[in-house]
Amino acid sequence: MTEPIAWGIAVLALAVAAFAGWHLMRDEPFSNALFYAVAVLELVLVVLLVGGSIALSRTEHDVQGTLFVSYLVTQVIIPPAAVLWGVAEKSRWGTGVVVVAMLTVAVLCARLHGIWEGTVV
Amino acid sequence: MSEARHATTAHGFGRMLVAVYGVFALAASARSIFQLVTKADEAPVAYALSAVAGVVYVVATWALATDRRQTAIWTIGFELGGVVTVGILSLVDADLFPDQTVWSDFGAGYGYVPLVLPFVGLWWIIRSGPKS
Repeated sequence: MTEPIAWGIAVLALAVAAFAGWHLMRDEPFSNALFYAVAVLELVLVVLLVGGSIALSRTEHDVQGTLFVSYLVTQVIIPPAAVLWGVAEKSRWGTGVVVVAMLTVAVLCARLHGIWEGTVV
Repeated sequence: MSEARHATTAHGFGRMLVAVYGVFALAASARSIFQLVTKADEAPVAYALSAVAGVVYVVATWALATDRRQTAIWTIGFELGGVVTVGILSLVDADLFPDQTVWSDFGAGYGYVPLVLPFVGLWWIIRSGPKS
């Protein structure tokens, strides 16, 4: 779990958050493009879950394993949950739910890196 | 437009608000469970407080999502009292809370969202209230 990976994914999540925020501002409905953007992030997060778990099993690092994996799993669950629950809301605030979810993923990425480095407990 | 159609706390802007509350419900309760399971005796006051905060956020999320205004007002009011009280106490006597909780230092560890959230919540309950 190196720094470029954590920050790269955090930036990607922020970009999707901004894209969803743009929908929110313009009062655009949930678009296909936004769906694909979230889908790409979700794929990356699944890869992170697998890669992170493998890295955890191999590392010499003193990482709090349970905490680390629970963060990875939470990150994978958030995007689909937000899309399902956000789409159900027909007003512009449906994409607002996606904004919140993407910001949360970005924060989790930062904390995930902290857990890996042992600076967050 | 949607606000006119549904006068419930769970629609329109409320949808997004419930999402934010959901995140905090998860963050606070998951954190407290982790703290209590792994190191309950290190900082019992802080961890018990995390647990209380977690329950408050869970109940507030549920109340907002299901349009239970009375419950929402009580829990969000408690949340506001909690973040202000703990915020002041943690500044006055840092030894009381040796480990972080959501409400320490007015929620600074969470970008001060815990301090702002109850105001937004109460505003929304009033704003979305039944109109003539």
